[in-house]
Amino acid sequence: MTSLFAVTRATLAKDVLLEWRSKDAINAMLFFSVLVVVIFSFAFDPSAEESRRIAGGLVWVAFLFAANVALNQTWMRELRNQVLDAYRVSPAPANALFLGKALGNFFFVTVVELAMTPLFIVFFNLRILGPAWQLVIVLVLGTWALVVNGTFFAAVSLRTRVRELMLPLLLFPVSIPALLGMVEATTAILTGDASPRFWLNLLLVYDVVFTTACLLLFETVLHAE
Amino acid sequence: MPADPAPVLELDSVSKLFGRVAALRELTASFAPGRLYGIFGENGAGKSTLLRLIAGLARPTRGRILRWASDDLHPALARMGYMAHASLLYDELTALENLRYFAGLYGLAASPACEDAISSVGLDPALSRRVGDYSQGMRQRLSLARALLHGPDLLLLDEPFSNVDAGSAASMAARLGRLRASGKTIFVVTHQPAHLEAVADESLWIAAGEIAARQPGIGAALAASTGVTQ
Amino acid sequence: MNYKFLVLTLFTAVLLFYGYYRAMSAPEELTMGEVQRIFYYHVPSAWTSFVCFFANFLASVVYLARRKSSPAAGQAADAVAVATAEVGVVFCTIVLVTGPLWARPVWGIWWTWDARLTTTLILWLIYVSYLFLRHYAAGGQAPTLASVVAIIGFLDVPMVYMAIRWFRTQHPQPVMAGGEGSGLDPAMWNALLWNWAAFLAFGFLLIWMRYNLARFQQLLDERHALAALKGGAR
Repeated sequence: MTSLFAVTRATLAKDVLLEWRSKDAINAMLFFSVLVVVIFSFAFDPSAEESRRIAGGLVWVAFLFAANVALNQTWMRELRNQVLDAYRVSPAPANALFLGKALGNFFFVTVVELAMTPLFIVFFNLRILGPAWQLVIVLVLGTWALVVNGTFFAAVSLRTRVRELMLPLLLFPVSIPALLGMVEATTAILTGDASPRFWLNLLLVYDVVFTTACLLLFETVLHAE
Repeated sequence: MPADPAPVLELDSVSKLFGRVAALRELTASFAPGRLYGIFGENGAGKSTLLRLIAGLARPTRGRILRWASDDLHPALARMGYMAHASLLYDELTALENLRYFAGLYGLAASPACEDAISSVGLDPALSRRVGDYSQGMRQRLSLARALLHGPDLLLLDEPFSNVDAGSAASMAARLGRLRASGKTIFVVTHQPAHLEAVADESLWIAAGEIAARQPGIGAALAASTGVTQ
Repeated sequence: MNYKFLVLTLFTAVLLFYGYYRAMSAPEELTMGEVQRIFYYHVPSAWTSFVCFFANFLASVVYLARRKSSPAAGQAADAVAVATAEVGVVFCTIVLVTGPLWARPVWGIWWTWDARLTTTLILWLIYVSYLFLRHYAAGGQAPTLASVVAIIGFLDVPMVYMAIRWFRTQHPQPVMAGGEGSGLDPAMWNALLWNWAAFLAFGFLLIWMRYNLARFQQLLDERHALAALKGGAR
């Protein structure tokens, strides 16, 4: 039987290769994220003190919208030439496809976030008062929280009449606790006012619960027809 | 012809409904292994739906499908190969990259299986052109290579001869004949029954979701046009 | 429909009227005055909607578990899922509307992001998106996809509650219906419980009607399907 690890790796490698060849999603996403940062800078013109308090929210909302674009893209390429049928007809485990896609999305969204972060720091004159290394943890846990449910709901949305619209309808409500965690943790670290520990724990629990749920339920979604 | 034991495929009152439309109506049939079956019929008769059901891409609304005497789909997947109207390939990758990925899905070592599969359909494995830039005929042949890659015992081909020139179609048919001789079971849906003349063991004519005729060779196609049914 | 339905309707009507009587005759709240009585509809609506959504969660699990082994049980479970989701959203909407209606005259604010109200809002969002999914999903996939989404959505709820609770300990704001563990006069409790019983009965009635509607639709589709199977020239 084909192993979970091998197929996940093959799927991930294939997606990276596809993206590298076409570069259609990542270029558009990067430009979109620059636009978002600029628009936010016009919409909110905070002082340095204020910006530390609201930057957490701005940054994660911007990431959420950028992630939304990415998440729709990665499943769309499986619809062309009905190539998803080739996967479904093979004995490869459904979970491997999910993990491969989710990891690929995680990678792409992280790249976009890393591109946007310096822009935010520059436009909002941010200075981090708390332990900056903890931001890395927030980034990892928070991005995974968005990506794991996002990949799952994007696969669900594929099978609806309003594909690209359905994804945010499903994803945004369920992501609210994670969003709150990301924003509060980031704000806590930026301002150095409070400990982000509760929020990091919340994000961790969220990630574990939903990764498990998605892994258990993905097979049902893949083979629904 | 003596009946072979252990049919490779059995359809037990299989129906497929899409909402209120019946694409397939209570099909019951048994298919012996090691034979090539032609499936003919008008557009919309249900041929592609039947192939998709056998491949496991869709589930029957009623009835059962038994593959190698089991109704459990999962163990049968590794032994089936499927080819459709759509190419089931990634346009942005080369032929070899495509097949390497699919080899991974079946747990196969990529070389030399992929190179051999590509060469066997008359394409160049070293070609660095994206599949999206291939001609229709080349893509068709590569899609066949993908279906054959893991050496399946049961082949399901939906219109393999469309967009392929006469010479290539003939060599494809000959290839199918050789596969059948080596013990594979093959189902071919096509609108060009003449291509299967030399290799088909039996044929079915599907009309309005039912098996209207079943004849040896490509007889079903001729029987249908003269109005004779089984 | 039969006499059971009639009996339940009568019973529900009686409960609703009695609940109204108890709500109006309960002691007047010290600070808030008469407006507080909306509380006897606000809270039971919330509890009832939660019961509905929990039932939807169970029905979704049952549907996924039984649809292959027993398609009839699966269909029934799916009908329950649709009915409870729709009725749950209705009661949830009542909570979200009565909340501001109450808060405005009493506290001068329309909305407060306290744990319970926020959780209710998110529940409402999740189940409205569930209903959208049911509507837009292609063909026979709707029950399967919706069940999956319902399970994920329901798992989210405790996390929302915990997240907002913690958030509120750090950024306190007025809590409607007086925070956790605030005492309630026994007469008020009584009125509250009677109204909850009435709302549960009313909810059950609505679910029953919607369930029957869903079942009829399923049976109708099956009849048509059978006709399609038998019909057609050979």
